Amino acid sequence: MMEGFTLLDPLTLSPPSTWQLLFEFWQFNDMNVLWVLMGSILLGVSASVIGSFAFLRRRSLIGDALAHAALPGVMMAFLLFHTRDPLVMFLGAVTSSFIGFFIIDWLPKNTKIKPDAALAITLSFFFALGLMLLSFIQGMEVENKSGLDKILFGQAAAMTQEDITLLMYVTIFILIAVVLFFQKFRLIAFNTNFARSLGMAVNRYELLLALLIVMSVVVGLQLVGVVLMAAVLLTPIATARMWSDELRNILFLAGAVGAISAIISTQISYLAPAMPTGPWMVVSLSSLFFLSLLFAPKKGLVKRYLMQRQLRQKVLEENILRTLYKLWERSQFEQNDFNISDIQALRAMSTLNLRKALKQLCRRDLLKESARGFRLTENGLEQATQLTRRHRLWENYLNEHLELSPDQVHSQAERIEHILTLEQEKQLEEELKDSRKDPHGNRIPDAQVRTQTGSKST
Amino acid sequence: MNKSNRPSPIKVQNLSMRYHHKPVLTDVSFEIPEGKTIAIVGPNGAGKSTLLKGMMGLEPLIEGNVSFFGEPLAQKRLSTAYVPQREEIDWDFPISVMDVVLMGRHGQLKLWQRPGKLDKEIAEQALKDLQMWDFRDRQISQLSGGQQQRVFLARALAQQASLYLMDEPFAGVDVATEKAIIELFKTLKAQGKTIVCVHHDLNTVGEYFDWIIFINARLVAAGPVEEVLTKDNLQKAYGGRLSLLNDLTEEMYRTRINQAHESD
Repeated sequence: MMEGFTLLDPLTLSPPSTWQLLFEFWQFNDMNVLWVLMGSILLGVSASVIGSFAFLRRRSLIGDALAHAALPGVMMAFLLFHTRDPLVMFLGAVTSSFIGFFIIDWLPKNTKIKPDAALAITLSFFFALGLMLLSFIQGMEVENKSGLDKILFGQAAAMTQEDITLLMYVTIFILIAVVLFFQKFRLIAFNTNFARSLGMAVNRYELLLALLIVMSVVVGLQLVGVVLMAAVLLTPIATARMWSDELRNILFLAGAVGAISAIISTQISYLAPAMPTGPWMVVSLSSLFFLSLLFAPKKGLVKRYLMQRQLRQKVLEENILRTLYKLWERSQFEQNDFNISDIQALRAMSTLNLRKALKQLCRRDLLKESARGFRLTENGLEQATQLTRRHRLWENYLNEHLELSPDQVHSQAERIEHILTLEQEKQLEEELKDSRKDPHGNRIPDAQVRTQTGSKST
Repeated sequence: MNKSNRPSPIKVQNLSMRYHHKPVLTDVSFEIPEGKTIAIVGPNGAGKSTLLKGMMGLEPLIEGNVSFFGEPLAQKRLSTAYVPQREEIDWDFPISVMDVVLMGRHGQLKLWQRPGKLDKEIAEQALKDLQMWDFRDRQISQLSGGQQQRVFLARALAQQASLYLMDEPFAGVDVATEKAIIELFKTLKAQGKTIVCVHHDLNTVGEYFDWIIFINARLVAAGPVEEVLTKDNLQKAYGGRLSLLNDLTEEMYRTRINQAHESD
């Protein structure tokens, strides 16, 4: 087909508006645009999926090292064969990537160097070597050398038809391999020793996994670039992990995230041809990651913050109810009418928070406004009694079974009272058959008290 | 010890292992009887887990030989089930209980094969045997320590082996799980299967096991509980290592004198 292509050459045409460019991009008048888009989507998907296994094996940085290790291979291939043929470049990159992989693997096993150091040493050495060769080539008088520096940061618009064809073959191969070996890869990532004990050829699978990672890194170089390739392997799975706990779904999600970022960055590469694709891909991936980090339904930070606030509110309200119970108990269950200073005399809390919580308790029909201030309603009494009962049961349990002193048990029961369930309360009751009083000598209210006090208070 | 003609489930001969240059186990030999529960007992750092891993070929031996039913492990993989220590695993890994148990079937599956209907039935029965069937769709991160242990045991059951090697199955589990494991031992023993466990609790070892292997960097004693659970053996096993022996063995590995010696 044609040699190379760019959609629009900004020098020969008067500069069109961004919208025009966007419109032309999605019209696919130039078949090459469609090809590049498809290629980058496939790369996004396959790199995300294969990177997931590195992430799950806690070898996240391996992709970064392998991408950097590919650089001298590309340069050497060019020096030796004086061609930009994608297959030659690919084989050169795979070879040097693999040499890097074996060094990273060999060093910690046979010397005192730890894996992280081995990774860092190898990565920087290969990268430096690659840069040296690159500057050497740029000083030479040879043809075709112009695009070589593009593999540092990636340039989708500079990809040729042959590049894309190779990219497609490789990514499809990777995806098929993952589908075929999903179960084995998962087993090894989860529990390597167990896989070995089954007699599985773990080393062979690890080599295959490494090969797949190397391949996806290498074909991704022209799109994303050496420097940022690691992000395409890792950020999608980190994003997807926030949304699901099932590996299959996570892989699909990660693939989708990779594809979305590929579409965004390829588009931008055409709209602004001077812009490298890699940074855009990584920025869009990271944006998706931060959005997930904040807003994921179960694990998002916002959700966690809200839950924490809800819990704090609940504890505050329950503490007030229990304080009111104690006040009521001190008046020999005669006077059920208290004001704010009564409560604060027994439990330190800020007046502002206390007022807000009291209002909330009134709204929920646990308190009612009365002559002095507030009184417990029937529901309020029931809940306050139950909390006190749980608090004192737990104190007794700690006192009897762990032989903690009465001073020690109180602060623990202060926390446990809020989370004990009815079932656990019954269990406690059974284990503490005949305890009527807590370690401080206060009576433990019976479960039946509720109805009696209920009728009394009305 | 072993009166029948069948070869012993595990025969260990002159096994030595090391960590870097430090000797962990030196010249350990024993043979276990079939159809019994056997505990590997010793103080912290005695090399109990290392022994188990060495036998399973998960860590290299410097010397020695291990045979399973008279043959090398490679021939007896399917009759041997290994239960790793619970702490070795990342319990945040995104996988469900059922999928973990199905992993026990992969020894029987070819390269890219997926577990089939029969495998699922076997896994189901294993989960039911350990009262974990109701948890089959749970994520493993949402299990208690005891439940995690039961999932691991169910996975071993799904392997349908005749020899079980378990690394500290009783460590940090609740009473219900402890009972479930004891029940499982009884059932397996009734089927003539052999169980070897690394065990840390001296109070229960006599009750739960038929046989004890005392180790502390070397073999202290091996035999039926009634014979070897003695004050003398306990003292030997827990009395600390012989420092001169330890230092000299380390020196031997460091200088590679054993290799130099052979080449003379």
